[in-house]
Amino acid sequence: MTKVNLPTEHCETCPAFTQLEQMGIKVGDFDRVVALAGNPNTGKSTLFNALTGLKQHTGNWPGKTVTRAEGGFEFNKLRYKLVDLPGTYSLLSASQDEEVARDFILFGQPSCTIVVTDATALERNLNLVMQVMEITDHVVVAINLMDEAKRKGLEVDPRSLSRDLGVPAIAITARTGEGIHTLLGAVADVIEGKIETKPLRVGGTSEFQKAVSELVPMIEQMAPGIPNARWLAIRLLDGDARVQKALSTGELGDIVSRQQREDVQFSGKMSVEGRQ
Amino acid sequence: MNIQPNDILAKAESLRNSLSTGFRDEIVKSLYTEAENIAKRAVKTATDKKYDFDQRIDRLVTSPYAGLPIMLGLLGIIIWLTVSGANVVSAAIATVLFSVGDFGRGLFNQIGMPWWITGFIWDGVYLGLAWVVSVMLPPMMIFFPAFTFLEDLGYLPRVAFNLDWMFKKTGAHGKQSLTMAMGFGCNAAGVIATRVIDSPRERLIAILTNNFVPCNGRFPTLIMLATIFVAASFPPALTSFIAAGTVVGVVLIGIAFTFLMSWILSRTVLKGEASAFTLELPPYRRPNISRILYTSIIDRTIFVLWRAMQTAAPAGAIIWVLANIHIGDSNLARAIADWLNPFGLLLGLDGVILLAYIIAIPANEIVVPTMMMVYMGAGMMVNGPSSNNEIFNLLVNGNGWTMLTAINLMLFALLHNPCATTIMTIYKETKSLKWATLSVVMTLGTAFVVTFLTASIARLLGWV
Repeated sequence: MTKVNLPTEHCETCPAFTQLEQMGIKVGDFDRVVALAGNPNTGKSTLFNALTGLKQHTGNWPGKTVTRAEGGFEFNKLRYKLVDLPGTYSLLSASQDEEVARDFILFGQPSCTIVVTDATALERNLNLVMQVMEITDHVVVAINLMDEAKRKGLEVDPRSLSRDLGVPAIAITARTGEGIHTLLGAVADVIEGKIETKPLRVGGTSEFQKAVSELVPMIEQMAPGIPNARWLAIRLLDGDARVQKALSTGELGDIVSRQQREDVQFSGKMSVEGRQ
Repeated sequence: MNIQPNDILAKAESLRNSLSTGFRDEIVKSLYTEAENIAKRAVKTATDKKYDFDQRIDRLVTSPYAGLPIMLGLLGIIIWLTVSGANVVSAAIATVLFSVGDFGRGLFNQIGMPWWITGFIWDGVYLGLAWVVSVMLPPMMIFFPAFTFLEDLGYLPRVAFNLDWMFKKTGAHGKQSLTMAMGFGCNAAGVIATRVIDSPRERLIAILTNNFVPCNGRFPTLIMLATIFVAASFPPALTSFIAAGTVVGVVLIGIAFTFLMSWILSRTVLKGEASAFTLELPPYRRPNISRILYTSIIDRTIFVLWRAMQTAAPAGAIIWVLANIHIGDSNLARAIADWLNPFGLLLGLDGVILLAYIIAIPANEIVVPTMMMVYMGAGMMVNGPSSNNEIFNLLVNGNGWTMLTAINLMLFALLHNPCATTIMTIYKETKSLKWATLSVVMTLGTAFVVTFLTASIARLLGWV
């Protein structure tokens, strides 16, 4: 276990500075699961490496991460398992790498999902943020690549974003480690309920809302304990063939139990397969 | 009441029909408007740098005229760095490792080890390892950091952009060039990288043709042959440029075969049109030097080298055993090589080369060492030749090599079947014995046909 020497400025005076410990792949026991989602090439793997001390491959091209990698870190005496998901533009598509991400956010029930966004292309990134917020309340937005935005002459205001989205939005520069402690603090607060999120949900028409509210209880009754019934209802109303199939074949239940199993962890095999 | 999935599907169906048409567009539209408004409120553009530096560079490197030449230039520079740097270091490493071998052999003799233990360990296993390390390590240590630098910089998506129209014409996916770029490092990694391609048809094409990109395991073979045979007849000042040019030429032939095979596949077993896709050109990012070194040295170089060593040790042992089972005046290795020789000559190669390829199926990178050891096992030399001149002598004067042998070996190395790891990866990724088999048959068939044709033409024209 190594102490991180993340670059300084406000960090050194911050009490949290000594409280982040990288745990590499030792993720046997953990208190919380945090997922890293985001568009391709926004720096998810860089943030993952900074937090866990692992050396997941990073490269400047969309699609670098094709498997999901897991690692651990300790923050404020609690152990977190961090899951790095392949980058996706949406949660609707069905290509293989996108499905890995979607299945986990949907059914893995992470304690919190960090959506990593690119500060230089915020508008495009917000689509995925809003789709993730459809699924879960426990969302923290990380505005990454702040240094690049500055270089391009862009000024991003996290508070405005926070207010509009209804979830915490934290500016970070994953490459240097700037803002990471604030980000983790927000994640912890969201999980503990100290920050109450009110995710912005694009409602659609009122008759649509009514249709959703009719379907949700039916889904919950069929599969008690199923997370994200609301999202499934919306997908069904939309006629998503993939979700329909998963529902009728009982695959949905399988996915739920598979994603929640503890042994789906970072294994030696995965680390070899992940090498590129 | 027990609710069945079909009840829910039926309910959803009827609810959907009750909704006014266009409710979907309504949702999507409000989603996009919302995103736009939120982003507008949160982001302020301090300066109006509309055409910033990145865009100016992108205009140049993705321009219809300069794009391809710049790409070729970068490839040429990387290969030239690799070729010219590797030769020096290779010779130095070989000298050190072979003298360690001499020392070990001497030590074993002194303490009275039986000859076959000394031979098996020092002339078999150790020699195999020493060869692989001295041949493979130097090019990888130069190639991988250079390649990772371009990757971290963000150049790869620009390559995909430049080559997209060609892939479209062949019926393949534009992102195939990303997977090919990964293939330069290791074809197994290239095959895994095909996951970025959504369409199963185009993904299969990318998987099946990835092997036509020479991986780092095959670069040493190409570099050695290009240096010793093609470049040797030029003035010393030009050697490294000619050698690098030759390797670039071979790479281009490989790319040509990728296009040809993609075209054939998408018109036969994998019929279909190229699908449309969007590709982001990410901003250029300043590469992080320490991470480049970590990724390229630990994750790539050591990983690939370790894998090669694991197969080189047993291969060395097998060759030593084959060379030391005597049949009359000859030995088993020679006998097998002689038996393969007529077929080898037909392809412009020889029996020893084919034997080396068979032993090296687990990992292509050990072909040259294996070949050398079989030649040496025939009593040519006790120790490994450490300079290019010695190798040239061994091959040309001792074993009848010609320029045709060298060129056809390069072509064979470029085109023949994937290594065992890559075949396993193809099987795992496609979950199909059929596609894994086709990947072997297709490449091996191409290699046989092409080398047979070049050999026949060269002989007909009286070049050899």
